Amino acid sequence: MRTLIFLISLAFTSASYATTKTTTNLEVAIGYLAYQPAARPLLSNVIPEPTDTGLRGAELALVDNNSTGRFLKQHYSLSTDISASAETLLAAALEQHAAGTRLFVVNAPQSVLRQLATQLPDSLLFNAGSADDELRQAACLSNVLHTLPSDAMLTDALAQFMALRQWQRWLLIVGQAPEDIAYANALRRSAKRFGLKIIAEKTWDFSSDQRRSASAEMPLFTQSKEYDVVVVADKAGDFGEYLPYNTWLPRPVIGTQGLTPVGWHKTIETYGAAQLQKRFEKHADRWMNSVDFAAWIAVRSIASAVTKLGHVDPAAIRQLALSDQLPIDGFKGRKLSFRPWSGQLRQPIALVHPRSLVSTSPQEGYLHPHNEMDSLGFDKAETTCHLSDKAL
Amino acid sequence: MRRLLPLSALMLICHTSLAATAYVSNEKDNTISVIDLATQTVTDTLEVGMRPRGLLLSHDNKLLYICASDSDRVQVMDLSNHSIIKELASGDDPEQFALHPNNKWLYISNEDDALVTVVDVDSNIVMAQIDVGVEPEGMAVSPDGKWAVNTSETTNMLHWIDTASNELVHNTLVDQRPRHVEFSNDSKRLWASAEIGGTVTIIDVDQREILKTMTFEIKGVHPDKIQPVGIKLTDDGRYAFVALGPANHIAVVDAKTWEILDYLLVGRRVWHMAFTPDQKTLISTNGVSGDVSLVDIDSLKVTKSIKVGRYPWGVVVTP
Repeated sequence: MRTLIFLISLAFTSASYATTKTTTNLEVAIGYLAYQPAARPLLSNVIPEPTDTGLRGAELALVDNNSTGRFLKQHYSLSTDISASAETLLAAALEQHAAGTRLFVVNAPQSVLRQLATQLPDSLLFNAGSADDELRQAACLSNVLHTLPSDAMLTDALAQFMALRQWQRWLLIVGQAPEDIAYANALRRSAKRFGLKIIAEKTWDFSSDQRRSASAEMPLFTQSKEYDVVVVADKAGDFGEYLPYNTWLPRPVIGTQGLTPVGWHKTIETYGAAQLQKRFEKHADRWMNSVDFAAWIAVRSIASAVTKLGHVDPAAIRQLALSDQLPIDGFKGRKLSFRPWSGQLRQPIALVHPRSLVSTSPQEGYLHPHNEMDSLGFDKAETTCHLSDKAL
Repeated sequence: MRRLLPLSALMLICHTSLAATAYVSNEKDNTISVIDLATQTVTDTLEVGMRPRGLLLSHDNKLLYICASDSDRVQVMDLSNHSIIKELASGDDPEQFALHPNNKWLYISNEDDALVTVVDVDSNIVMAQIDVGVEPEGMAVSPDGKWAVNTSETTNMLHWIDTASNELVHNTLVDQRPRHVEFSNDSKRLWASAEIGGTVTIIDVDQREILKTMTFEIKGVHPDKIQPVGIKLTDDGRYAFVALGPANHIAVVDAKTWEILDYLLVGRRVWHMAFTPDQKTLISTNGVSGDVSLVDIDSLKVTKSIKVGRYPWGVVVTP
């Protein structure tokens, strides 16, 4: 039966869209740039992270763009450069630029992204790899849009839920990596913003292997005056995985482990998300994560803008994105859009467990005069960055 | 208590004219709820394939077609005894479908494969598979039988299929995430909802030109939550009803002037709707609240909600 269907479909489809293909295609070249240094050693190294994070999302979006593009006479291509060295990546980016590419999706930490943004001033970059708040605030890079949620958006999403549950007393535990310190800064800001109290703060600097001694060390480490939750900032998963069920008081763990705010997760299924998940899993043979989603929606945003504009000028795409006139469909139950001040993609944030979706922020009741999603992250009044006033 | 309820219900709603039966697909329960509309109670729950979504009736009301999406098939139920008599070669992940007026050709959107599959329901032979955009969803055949129109959710288009040749002959770009299409009774107008765009587009069928793009506004509901999904048009051409998803309201539209007359509060995340055969009552499926709402069309009032299974999606009504 399957073969029959296939044969018949072949016979019919060959003629089916001939009518819509009349003139030449609009070519849209997109560069995918990823910085992938060797991972630092971690205590919790049992489950390896996928090595093609981000890229698979961009690839899937390219397929989506082209299946739509064939009806609109658009053709999208993706040139990929992944490197363990920042210098090599910068050189590869310049090479792509010389070949005519002006639209890039970047999966890199903030330092590398800043260098790329400086080197490609006439190009539009989509940040799918760094959640760093400084990028959206003080740095205020004029040629960068951010599709990955910022740390502040993530921690605000978590803090809103904590405020709703009235889990107000936090014990904060912070790792030593710069991104952990940045995440902890975001947590402190969110706690203040939503009226929560950090009753004590500790830095994790133990060096022993928690796989053997977690049950012995974590209870002592989390000994403190009364708290409602343990909040952990450990992005790489160095020690945080050993916190749940090992705290001094019987309390939940939230933050980078335990209940975690994310841009995307396997357990997101409503609003058509199940279809995106299925397409992704078929394509990548694994689950879609937040960086995959950020890369996917970056490439999809390009297509939405190109369809609206009819051309590929990066300055025009940027202007349209920052004008609030580019609604993006992100399978999150809301019309998504870019914030005109920071170029950050507004989006609901999922609060997840490894195997379940606990809640989605913004929480009901957190109102906002313009857009409830702007209750997550730095709002217009809280920033000095005003991208829409700047030119590319 | 069980005996008492239907009786009291009967006494309360005797003004409604209902000897009809509603069938509701419960997406997360793999069941169909059977509702006796005279007593307004669920009388039976039928087990069907996995993730049942789109439902439709044969034109003689004898057969119920069920899109069992995760079972990758369309099931055919004999309504005289509620048994599955046939499974159709639907292609993968069927979601919505439409039956040609000839009662034979079933147009099915295959969400995962970007295809529309056309099946002859008598012989169970696939007549054609037509390439469309990403995530095909809504499907309608014009009452005059000339057009089959499919919506693709991620490509944001209406794909016009000439039913004589089963070829794609035209595409109309609409707003984001088109979910559902509905022809007017005279086959002259096509109504299409765009869930993320938040709009309903009305199209002239002969010219295939957009006549109007409607937006909705409900006091106290954020515009982003207004996500049009199902559309139903009364046969007399008077009203259009638009289910607004997580806005939890149905918009009542004057189908002639396109003026929005009212918004009716129903259950949470309202999906699809169906009329009773006398077109006096509209039934909506409310996905998140797990119930259906009954709307009296004369008074434009919501009169009743009835609990069904988890995530009710599609609904049809037989006399």
